[in-house]
Amino acid sequence: MIRPTAGRGNAGTLHFPDVSDLADPLLEVEDLVTSFRTTRGTVHAVDRVSLTVNRGQTLGVVGESGSGKTVLSRSIMGLLPARDVLRSGTVRFAGHDLTAMEPAQLRQVWGAQLSMIFQDPMTALNPVVRIGRQITESLRLHLKMDRKEATATAIELLRSVGIPSPEQRIRSYPFQLSGGMRQRVMIAIALACAPRLVLADEPTTGLDVTVQAQILDLLAAMQQERHMAVILVTHDLGVVAKRADDIAVMYAGRIVERAPTRTLFAHTRMPYTRALMDSIPRLSDPSGTRLRAIGGRPPDLIHPPTGCRFSPRCPYVQDKCREADPPLRTAGSPDHLFACWFPLVDGVPSGPSGSGQPVTLTTNGAPNNAVEAPAS
Amino acid sequence: MTGPAATPGTNAGSAAEAPVMLEVEHLVVEFRSGKERVQAVSDISFEVRTGETLGLVGESGCGKTTTGRALVQVQPATSGSVRFQGQDLGRLSKRELRKTRTRIQMIFQDPISSLNPRRRIRDIVAEPLAIWGTGSAEERAAQVRSMLESVGIDPDTAGDRRPQEFSGGQCQRISIARALMAKPSMLICDEPVSALDVSVQAQILNLLADLKAAFGLTMVFIAHDLAVVKNVSDRVAVMYLGKLVELADSDDLYRSPAHPYTEALMASIPEPDPEHVSTHEPLTGELPSPLNPPSGCRFRTRCPYVQDRCASEEPPLREVSPGHQVACHFPLRQLSPVPERPAATTV
Repeated sequence: MIRPTAGRGNAGTLHFPDVSDLADPLLEVEDLVTSFRTTRGTVHAVDRVSLTVNRGQTLGVVGESGSGKTVLSRSIMGLLPARDVLRSGTVRFAGHDLTAMEPAQLRQVWGAQLSMIFQDPMTALNPVVRIGRQITESLRLHLKMDRKEATATAIELLRSVGIPSPEQRIRSYPFQLSGGMRQRVMIAIALACAPRLVLADEPTTGLDVTVQAQILDLLAAMQQERHMAVILVTHDLGVVAKRADDIAVMYAGRIVERAPTRTLFAHTRMPYTRALMDSIPRLSDPSGTRLRAIGGRPPDLIHPPTGCRFSPRCPYVQDKCREADPPLRTAGSPDHLFACWFPLVDGVPSGPSGSGQPVTLTTNGAPNNAVEAPAS
Repeated sequence: MTGPAATPGTNAGSAAEAPVMLEVEHLVVEFRSGKERVQAVSDISFEVRTGETLGLVGESGCGKTTTGRALVQVQPATSGSVRFQGQDLGRLSKRELRKTRTRIQMIFQDPISSLNPRRRIRDIVAEPLAIWGTGSAEERAAQVRSMLESVGIDPDTAGDRRPQEFSGGQCQRISIARALMAKPSMLICDEPVSALDVSVQAQILNLLADLKAAFGLTMVFIAHDLAVVKNVSDRVAVMYLGKLVELADSDDLYRSPAHPYTEALMASIPEPDPEHVSTHEPLTGELPSPLNPPSGCRFRTRCPYVQDRCASEEPPLREVSPGHQVACHFPLRQLSPVPERPAATTV
């Protein structure tokens, strides 16, 4: 268990090889479990999650609110509260096990090697510190720059993230900037020390679609330029469709499907992934097209359902799904993992008992227990 | 009600003949900022016909929320008029306005903060009836039950709880129930789904479509995401920096956008398809300050097709095809293989 704020012991300097000398995978998460003890019981927020990210690549982590995606990114970083947290499993990053690190060692990693872009730039930025100092802070600490050099670098960083007249802007406070500009500042801070991996947790949620496109393009350009790996966490599959190399879909604390992006979209196996795709309104659909919403809500992570955790909301649910927990497995392609007893094949559930018709439910505004299946 | 069938009432052809319910003429809303005056809404006119859904789309700061607030007179108009069912809302006495407002209700972006955290769900939903003293206590309780059921909230388990115990999507359902208690004929929805996950967003959009059919509502739907707006609207009005720049039937708008800004808004929407290739350039830069809007066409500072004329002369809203209005000197050619517009100057 890591207590990031406690202790200031001298841990010595960690050695990180240059990007070109690093081996793949850059990040290897194995059997990561994060639980919170609450008065109501233990919340199993992240449950045996394993994933890898290679150098310079983008992994999209997609799921609804409450699927554990934010806790996953914080667990990878080691940014968890000190009390009432249970974490197990390993997080290997560039040859180091982050879970075994002392707080003083972690502070050498954060910002310098591994940084994070948070969802809400208004609360993530310090409201009473000028943005210039919020950028130079890590430059001076990690790269040992002097004040003048750090300020010049901060101006260049602000320019590179598209902030007009950065010489004046470094003297601004966060409240003087628009939401899009604040998120650009967040990106400048996260990229200041040229980290190898950036965790972007819903970086564009709450922004206009036009600003969202700008911010995601900017992140992609910076990533290319610096050969940086990115974990892009979002609830919207549309956001990662053209930007991620691989996508991991999370549900109720677990990864339920993982594949290279094109494979995931072309050969979706998990009904939950399909349902997430179908719930997005498409510009190309005629006006008034009924959306195929997923009924209900993600389960309570204190008492998750037995068997497949998606079974209470799945339109193709069978008895087996309610009884036994489907393992994460492959079929055909080795890099396509899914956790489903009756995976979809061309949009239809497979397996001996999975050939039945999709369940069709009516919705008169009432939340139903399953996906609204298309009328056949 | 299952399947991707068209929802009743979303057929523009039938709504075009329906009587006008809401008529906005030369609406201007100004705010004072120190000594300066900011026009959040500058001279816009449109109408909403009975039974239709009009979408209002644009970026943050374009004046769409102020327009929505002016429609219910929460924000008084500086000049111009809002006529609802023939009545000029700006000329009504306070008392008359209060009464009229029961027929024109609003739901807001942040569903959690728009509900009083200290009150129980059943009291929140019953309030519109309590204010007007409609029916006996038992009758009101029965109406609350049936309304909660129709928005998909179980009145038995939810009635005695408080807003904090519900998720954003459920709070939005409760807000909708409250808005519909007064039996309005018109519902103004101000970014009702932008704070929600895509999965919950789909549930709420379907719910609104169902309720619109069940209660015979006319709607104004305000949002920044054109894909969402298009899904629910019969017609779409695009706003930019306080001005209406394009107004068209929603499928027509998608097929042949006439304003470069509409085209750019479309290009910004993330398509959930890795093979999808965007044909338009996304928008660069930010909305200019409304304190000092650009001369001529307000979009010219970000327009890839800008010409000299755009800076000197303000383009009026004019019709390019039946029911399709645009405010642009060089509108994108309608459904034509050869673009009439001048070549794009790189941004």
